[in-house]
Amino acid sequence: MSEDDDRSPSPNSITDDSSQTRTYTTGSGPGPGPGSSSVLEYLAPCPDQVLENVLENVLWFLTSRKDRNAASLVCRSWYRVEALTRSDLFIGNCYAVSPKRATSRFTRIRSVTLKGRPRFADFNLMPPNWGAHLAPWVSAMALTYPWLEKVHLKRMSVTDDDLALLAESFSGFKELVLVCCDGFGTSGLAIVASRCRQLKVLDLIESEVSDDDVDWISYFPDTGTCLESLIFDCVECPIDFDALERLVANSPSLKKLRLNRHVSMGQLHRLMVQAPRLTHLGTGSFSPSEDVAQEHLKPIISNCHKLQIFWVLDSICDEGLQAVAATCKELRELRVFPFEAREDIEGPVSEVGLQAVSEGCRKLQSILYFCQRMTNAAVVAMSKNCPDLVVFRLCIMGRHRPDHVTGEPMDEGFGAIVMNCKKLTRLAVSGLLTDRAFAYIGKYGKIVRTLSVAFAGDSDMGLKYVLEGCPRLQKLEIRDSPFGDAALLSGLHHYYNMRFLWMSACNLSNQGCQQIAQALPRLVVEVIKHEDNLDMDENVDTLYMYRSLEGPRDDVPRFVSIL
Amino acid sequence: MGGGAAYENDLNFKATELRLGLPGTGCTNEEQAVSGAKNNKRPLLETREERGSKEKSDPQHDDQETDPAPKARIVGWPPIRSYRKNSLQTKKAEAEAAAGMYVKVSMDGAPYLRKIDLKVYKGYPELLKALENMFKLTIGEYSEREGYNGSEYAPTYEDKEGDWMLVGDVPWDMFLTSCKKLRIMKGSEARGLGCGV
Repeated sequence: MSEDDDRSPSPNSITDDSSQTRTYTTGSGPGPGPGSSSVLEYLAPCPDQVLENVLENVLWFLTSRKDRNAASLVCRSWYRVEALTRSDLFIGNCYAVSPKRATSRFTRIRSVTLKGRPRFADFNLMPPNWGAHLAPWVSAMALTYPWLEKVHLKRMSVTDDDLALLAESFSGFKELVLVCCDGFGTSGLAIVASRCRQLKVLDLIESEVSDDDVDWISYFPDTGTCLESLIFDCVECPIDFDALERLVANSPSLKKLRLNRHVSMGQLHRLMVQAPRLTHLGTGSFSPSEDVAQEHLKPIISNCHKLQIFWVLDSICDEGLQAVAATCKELRELRVFPFEAREDIEGPVSEVGLQAVSEGCRKLQSILYFCQRMTNAAVVAMSKNCPDLVVFRLCIMGRHRPDHVTGEPMDEGFGAIVMNCKKLTRLAVSGLLTDRAFAYIGKYGKIVRTLSVAFAGDSDMGLKYVLEGCPRLQKLEIRDSPFGDAALLSGLHHYYNMRFLWMSACNLSNQGCQQIAQALPRLVVEVIKHEDNLDMDENVDTLYMYRSLEGPRDDVPRFVSIL
Repeated sequence: MGGGAAYENDLNFKATELRLGLPGTGCTNEEQAVSGAKNNKRPLLETREERGSKEKSDPQHDDQETDPAPKARIVGWPPIRSYRKNSLQTKKAEAEAAAGMYVKVSMDGAPYLRKIDLKVYKGYPELLKALENMFKLTIGEYSEREGYNGSEYAPTYEDKEGDWMLVGDVPWDMFLTSCKKLRIMKGSEARGLGCGV
């Protein structure tokens, strides 16, 4: 079946010879197919049509989303051609556009990326069943994208039925990536495993998978698979190791394997013997005590001169980070997670580790650092030593904690980051912060796209500085900060440029949010009440607002009201 | 976990009651039955008061309602995904399980501390034997009523609430979860841990 069944077929397409059809009929089958005109138009080719054909041939190669969006705005003809040649559909907010609208405009999609819930939902700040259901999307795509190959989902609610429909509808389906998703179980995985015969990638990352007592690994075909990547470290259910061993033996292309904690070290060894081509290996079961980790890690790290991405627990301590700084000169991304996520302990990593990393890893581009204590000096040092920083996320776990040496707010540190890191697009702030910090962000953070704020600021001015000063701001998430209606209203000029704004436990009132909703009709303004507080009082617990072409969604749960 | 409240209810108040009467007449059958109960404690007199003040100042005592507001848990803070938090907690539990349950053992008069892994022993007899071997002494047999009478030494332990108890007072599993450290006391001191005087 040709994917271009909206174009009238030419007589020559009966032969299905793609070389013959290239000049004047529709392309057929998978792969880019040039040409989009019908026979009639060929008989009387006008210059516009020729131009359009040329454009189509050229636009196939345009992969950047931004460039495509720009190209589609040139004129109707370019809009049409761009839509025909786009193969990757990226939807940053599943409620910004309806499945119908998206599938009508883009008819030749091979890969879909959908993002649902806002990020703060990951931290239990949103009641469950808020939305972001995959169901309407997979139904629409089943009808319009028979050649769909890849589905990447983030923070969506996916059911086993959705997975079943997906497995049945797309015969050439190759890649399923589910990040921070929930709503499905091992039965859904079993269906995907057994029906998607072309499956190359099945990556389950930080998703909640319910245990339906189905041994899903054994549902992969015994005759062999095309699997290149299998990641399931987040699947908490035990698996049948023999089935896994058989699967690995039957998957000659397997390069990436990340297992869950039910696979022991001995079993892992057996698997590695079967799969010598592995390039990425993750173990879910290795869980050393803190002391052991320190001793074993340092000698290993001292040999990793080419390490670029490093995710580690803070049990590595400042000493461990110093070892990283001494060796890993190529480090681009560092994430330090807390072993014990508490506010009231001393903490094994501090400004010492951060300072060391800043001095040793000059090529650092992205950092996520959880700690209990920090100083402005170390943050300033990083701003000067690591000019390539694109992502700077510092989480001082004690709320409102100042510089522990000087006692001052952390304003100057974060100020230095926005001032000196000219490539910075993502920032997360923490510690004791006054409005001054936000003044810095508004003044210097001209290309910041994502900003996370928690327990910070003194007054409305803080938020105003940011909304008025950051023209590229797209995603703003704020919790427990003293920003009110006046601050919210100061962003009216900008909200259509943003993907979303989240504000929870701030000083907003229904009235203020109502004003926004009235001023900006294309904005969906959701007021989310916590389930134990369903009375309609003036204070807004959580505001989540986003631009949308569709108006209020029709799957609103009872704890959400759309103004 | 039983918690502080449960222990309070089962305290043997009669043992510390001030009465007129000959010593030893307070230990009735009733008390013996109580001392056989799971939660019975035989705290040293002085530690009771210590415990009272200690609890007030200990901010991390989950069982009490004395957590001041600033230290109370906040939803979603620090911002770690529950998946990651849960997997870390599992790792932590597994690490503890795998690593054994090491407690320090001190002996009155001995120059330095030793460490033993409680997990290695299946019950009190084995543990006591190991202690005897380790410190080259005899501890003797435990009796509910008289503790380790007849021996120069008595093994005691500090439990999670900071009280010093006689080893053997509680069932073995409970001992495993509540023992923080061991101390082999000289007999005279240890006798103060008995239910009678």
